[in-house]
Amino acid sequence: MNFLHVYGIFLRNIILIRRSIGRMFGLFFFATFELFLWGFITIWLRDLAPKDARIDFVFLLLTGLLFWDLFIRAQQSFSISFLEDVWSRNIMNFFATPVAMKEFIAGLALISLVQGFLTFIYIGGLAVLLYALDIWALGFYMIPFFMNIFVFGWALGLIAIGLLLRFGPAFEILAFFIPMMFLPFSAVYYPVSVFPEFIQQAAFFLPTMHLFEGMRQVLTQEVFPLSDVLWATGLNILYFALGLAFFLWMVRVARKKGLIARLLQD
Amino acid sequence: MSTLLKVENLTKTYGQTTAVDGISFEAKEGEVVGLLGPNGAGKSTTIHMLLSLLEPTEGSIEIFGKDLKAHREEILQHINFATAYSMLPHNLTPYENLKIFALLYGVQQWRTAAESLLEEFNLAEFRNARTGSLSTGEQMRLVLAKAFLNSPKLLLLDEPTASLDPAVARDLRQKIYYKMQENNGTILWTSHNMREIEAMCDRVIFMAHGKIVADDTPENLKKTFQSGDLEDIFIAIARQPSPKI
Repeated sequence: MNFLHVYGIFLRNIILIRRSIGRMFGLFFFATFELFLWGFITIWLRDLAPKDARIDFVFLLLTGLLFWDLFIRAQQSFSISFLEDVWSRNIMNFFATPVAMKEFIAGLALISLVQGFLTFIYIGGLAVLLYALDIWALGFYMIPFFMNIFVFGWALGLIAIGLLLRFGPAFEILAFFIPMMFLPFSAVYYPVSVFPEFIQQAAFFLPTMHLFEGMRQVLTQEVFPLSDVLWATGLNILYFALGLAFFLWMVRVARKKGLIARLLQD
Repeated sequence: MSTLLKVENLTKTYGQTTAVDGISFEAKEGEVVGLLGPNGAGKSTTIHMLLSLLEPTEGSIEIFGKDLKAHREEILQHINFATAYSMLPHNLTPYENLKIFALLYGVQQWRTAAESLLEEFNLAEFRNARTGSLSTGEQMRLVLAKAFLNSPKLLLLDEPTASLDPAVARDLRQKIYYKMQENNGTILWTSHNMREIEAMCDRVIFMAHGKIVADDTPENLKKTFQSGDLEDIFIAIARQPSPKI
């Protein structure tokens, strides 16, 4: 592993984030609006609920929002870093460098970690200020939660990049849309038990479902959800391996079909 | 002079279409080789295969005595390229672009390398301007500066002066030539400018219909084809329906 190569990929994205209003919007502003929206909804729900209700809506929904936002950031920053090269027609220059695919992935993962944590710290701080949200209530569960949320985001990011390489910028909407496809089935804001039976069975194969179910277990019962953590980790190892295999396959296909140079023309 | 690049039976097909058809050639250390041919002859496809952007259907590429497929990263560390058709990212400054590519090429002194190439290619005054705001000539100078970041032993140039005025083109040609002479580097140069090729190249390879149809020094080619200049030879080859000469 050549760390200069990894740092090159990282530095390019840091410069672009610093300079681009669009990237800043993605990092901070959308999350701020979401926090306001969900914050007010949850306060309203809390006021509607009976006084002796045992569920703290603000706490549960906003914690879900915070961590879902982290997942979106992990996936999108990974894919968008690659899209930057497509948009700036830099793909050919980049692929002709001696950067190995493992260094490319490490660079994107690093930028995803930094962007994810930057957004999380910012939005978490804001939630503490506005709603007195105690994000540290998850305790040690935050460690496997963070690890799993990033790894699943990277697995999906690898698939999105693979599809972009194969089908060109026409598929760039996927880079933004992929996490949204998982939102309704990940039990972020409601328990998995509200789903019909067949959706519950399908949702079982989503690491995010286990993570958010586990999160609620910690917050409401103060129990470490070992089974959920193990399932999420196992599924993530599988999905990351599949995402990696798919990405490497698409790179081979792109090299075989001449798709890298064609990305300059699309 | 030792052989630096060895291409054997290189073929690239897309379905029924053959873009490059079993070509073989060599380039020696310090040699400047022109790769000429009409549009669609297979020049860019060949360059893309040498950069490992494209996988050959058949044949082998050896650079520095090593197989490109097996030693991709190691070989690309000592190769660079410039094309008029792929400028550097417009949203970064020239200095940022050079700094980042120096890192991507694994240059240890990346800051120094970026600074000194900005000076050498007369780009220092644009150091902190957006690359997109530079003129075509200035952007091409930047692309060429990028191509020298890793002091390449093999430089692939795909129509590097295609969009430049004659004065800028001549300055850049000289710059390229002297910089490559400094480290006895090899250049593979494609162009549609025959005077440029004649002035720069020790040897010229003509391609048509994906095949090599001639490979010799400019002087010998003129004798063989009984022609006064390379442009006439180029036109004759481009108009031939059959690649066999």
